[in-house]
Amino acid sequence: MPKIKAGVIVFPGTNCDRDTVAALTQTAGCSVDAVWYETKSLRQYQLIVIPGGFSYGDYLRAGALARFSPVMEALQEYTDRQGLVLGICNGFQILLEAMMLPGAMQRNTSLKFICRDVFVRVERNDTPFTLLYKRGDVLKIPIAHADGNYYGSGQTLADLEHSRQVVFRYTDAGGKTTGQSNPNGSLDNIAGLCTPAGNILAMMPHPERAADRVLGSDDGKKIFLSIKKALA
Amino acid sequence: MENLETILKELNLTPEEYRRIVDRTGREPNLTELWIFSAMWSEHCSYKSSRPYLRRMPSSGKNVLIGPGENAGVVSIGDGLALVFKMESHNHPSFIEPYNGAATGVGGILRDIFTMGARPVAILDSLRFGEPDDEKMRYLIDGVVAGIAGYGNCMGIPTVGGEVYFDAAYKDNILVNAMAVGVVRDDRIFLAKASGAGNPVFYVGSKTGRDGIHGATMASASFTDETAVLKPTVQVGDPFMEKLLMEACLELMKTDHIVAIQDMGAAGLTSSSVEMAAKGGLGIEIDLDKVPQREEGMLPYEIMLSESQERMLIIAKKGHEKAVEAIFKKWNLDVSEIGKLIGTREIIVRANGQLQARLPLDMLVDEAPVYTRYARMPASITAAATVNAAELIPEPKDYRETFLSLLSSPTIGSKRWAFEQYDHSVGTDTVIKPGADAALLRIKGTRKGIAMTTDGNARYTELAPFAGSEIAVCEAARNIACVGARPLAVTDCLNFGNPENPDVMWQFIESINGISAACLTMGIPVVSGNVSFYNETEGSSIYPTPVIGMVGLMDTLEQRITPGFKDNGDVIVLLGETLDECGGSEYLKLVAGKITGAPPRVSPETERRLVDLIGALNKARLVKSASDCSEGGLAVTLAQCAMAGGKGAKINIAWRYRPDLELFSESQHRIVLTAARRHLRRIETMAHSSRIPLTIIGAVGGKNLAIGKVFSVPVETMRVAYEKGL
Repeated sequence: MPKIKAGVIVFPGTNCDRDTVAALTQTAGCSVDAVWYETKSLRQYQLIVIPGGFSYGDYLRAGALARFSPVMEALQEYTDRQGLVLGICNGFQILLEAMMLPGAMQRNTSLKFICRDVFVRVERNDTPFTLLYKRGDVLKIPIAHADGNYYGSGQTLADLEHSRQVVFRYTDAGGKTTGQSNPNGSLDNIAGLCTPAGNILAMMPHPERAADRVLGSDDGKKIFLSIKKALA
Repeated sequence: MENLETILKELNLTPEEYRRIVDRTGREPNLTELWIFSAMWSEHCSYKSSRPYLRRMPSSGKNVLIGPGENAGVVSIGDGLALVFKMESHNHPSFIEPYNGAATGVGGILRDIFTMGARPVAILDSLRFGEPDDEKMRYLIDGVVAGIAGYGNCMGIPTVGGEVYFDAAYKDNILVNAMAVGVVRDDRIFLAKASGAGNPVFYVGSKTGRDGIHGATMASASFTDETAVLKPTVQVGDPFMEKLLMEACLELMKTDHIVAIQDMGAAGLTSSSVEMAAKGGLGIEIDLDKVPQREEGMLPYEIMLSESQERMLIIAKKGHEKAVEAIFKKWNLDVSEIGKLIGTREIIVRANGQLQARLPLDMLVDEAPVYTRYARMPASITAAATVNAAELIPEPKDYRETFLSLLSSPTIGSKRWAFEQYDHSVGTDTVIKPGADAALLRIKGTRKGIAMTTDGNARYTELAPFAGSEIAVCEAARNIACVGARPLAVTDCLNFGNPENPDVMWQFIESINGISAACLTMGIPVVSGNVSFYNETEGSSIYPTPVIGMVGLMDTLEQRITPGFKDNGDVIVLLGETLDECGGSEYLKLVAGKITGAPPRVSPETERRLVDLIGALNKARLVKSASDCSEGGLAVTLAQCAMAGGKGAKINIAWRYRPDLELFSESQHRIVLTAARRHLRRIETMAHSSRIPLTIIGAVGGKNLAIGKVFSVPVETMRVAYEKGL
């Protein structure tokens, strides 16, 4: 089987690019390029990942400046052709700023950066990113962000529900969505969203940090393996 | 020069130092030159009070690639790789402006690491605050923690460990010590030693502003009421800029375009240009008009002394200029050729087409003043040593209550409130996270693990600086051993009061001697470090606070040990001996509100045997969990092991002393480990041949930590107390 050709976008200030490249290579055997933010075409890739970090230092607003980078036009063209995009953490924020997904990120309710393992429940397994999970699986994955408090209007939330766009929700270890298990105040405990077509997934938790047992959990590994299977 | 006396005072130069400058140069220096002397001869840059003593520390060993004197120390870890690490203080700036003071402390230590060609992989922070019930202190604590988080998180370098102590001694002078660790290929280490007269000098990174102009001078004077007006001298950090600078430098260092590189830290352009040229036995000529500037109308001395952050000085190879410029332009950074190396050992500074300064380098560096300060043992030392701490402590009426208070005290309680604000999992290498005895990171592409910790209980050093410093080294080594690694090397950060005070100077010398003695006995070299003097406010000094940063190595991550209890029925063993040692303890402070008595006895030789024993037991795969005893003693260690493992324990101790004195004693050289019962015989034999006392104190199991008939507390109750936060 030929290797999946993946691109990991690097903006000035991105800092999870190397982690993401390593996870894609090790778990799914991808052939991965670090794609500089000035790149004008993404046509050669089967998968694009927008990794975590502080693109443009999170100045102005997390993800707000990255949106205007040259690569974003290429990304639009790439997604118009239903290319697969995974946005992690800052990648989620950028996808929201670029309006490729609805809603906005607010500061965590604690007003502080939070780095800890959380539990998320898999809400649907019919996306290319989650097909190796079962619905209701509970994953232990770390979060690390200051702005992960998802907000959408009542209408947005209803639309998301209607189009089954919520892929992950924060829960407790037993898979219950409780207030206590919501680390940042996200409405409806939303931790991950996809487009109605399912080709773009954005999530706040870092699956690349939960892809090897030695780091405490490999519950995120199946995201990369699912992509591999979907593209096979 | 007008008002010479006033100027010298402002520049923190003594009249004798001024005369020395005039005698040696044969003329009166101009103001720019005087500022250069002020910076280079400051305590911060010249180590004029500490240099003769620092040389006493053992700094060589078979793994040492680069010892003290460079930006950071370097030790080999095999496989063609090396660790680059150092710890540094940013105390004064953090007290004046906590967020930026702490943030730029992190920024500065990271630059020291990537200046040498290493990619930083971890940050640790050793913090000392006043008691947290004070409003001003809450502001400082919040600001410092947020500043560390703000900088490290944005850089994408995990903050994996450190310590926080609270004591009134730091009320007006908090300590912020940051340590960074990087990994480098051992054949790609870059130094600050210039070579090749005629080679161009490049300035890269942020533009120069007026921030931090008095930085090195500020770090070399005591606090007074007027310190508040120094606020504009605190540098402002821009971690985004530093991230770009780091990536650009690391990209540059994969090429063959440069001969030397140094970050602009304390005393900025002055110290970086002087030190690089001096190390190479050359001179340097710079044109300040070519320095990228953020403000207009800056005077030559302001440009020379600015401590604007995120800047580096690079000596490139002649003919490679275009290639160097291209890399920095790719990262949208300023890059400017500001001068060249010259064959004569002097620094020549020009601005506005005119000569501004011309000084011999030998004079600035090698001939900087060295002071043998008067040292005298403070009277308080003898007084404290005669106090019997146990007599100050009444037996608790309610053991359970006392135990829970201890567990929730700010210094002992969980530091989750701080470390969850730090990104500790970025980099995907953090195997043992903050909260254990030491942090452990993997090194991708190898099976190896690197352990790291910072330690320094300043109550002990206040009561007995020599012994307290030995304890700091011993505890660091024990922490490294408890995660399954073997100690490799030390960096230290020595925080003291005013060296012109004989009491302080005595503490300092005793402390250096203690660190040296312990490191020598244990065979652990000190490869880098930092001295921070003048930590006093209105004449009142902090506790003498030497902080030990230690790194360790394990051959394969399978050897890692964690503190949590593992399986019901496992036997709990105490290695080492408990004496009724509550002098300087957390327990004494809690119940009597006093810091007095003699600190616990210490023997680096015993520690060495203990560390070797744990290593041998681990190699034989006999250890299921391990954790050392430190503040709060055996009871606190048992609680931490129980909480980490989510399992209780039944403890039975044949009391030698009153139970509280035995449970909360801070006797050194002790480790609590658990093992399968069938291995007990072997463990006993090995401990016996290492001459380490061994006591079987109980077994893992149940929902409570039950200590004989003394108390029994559910693990979840302990967790509530422990995780209470500030």
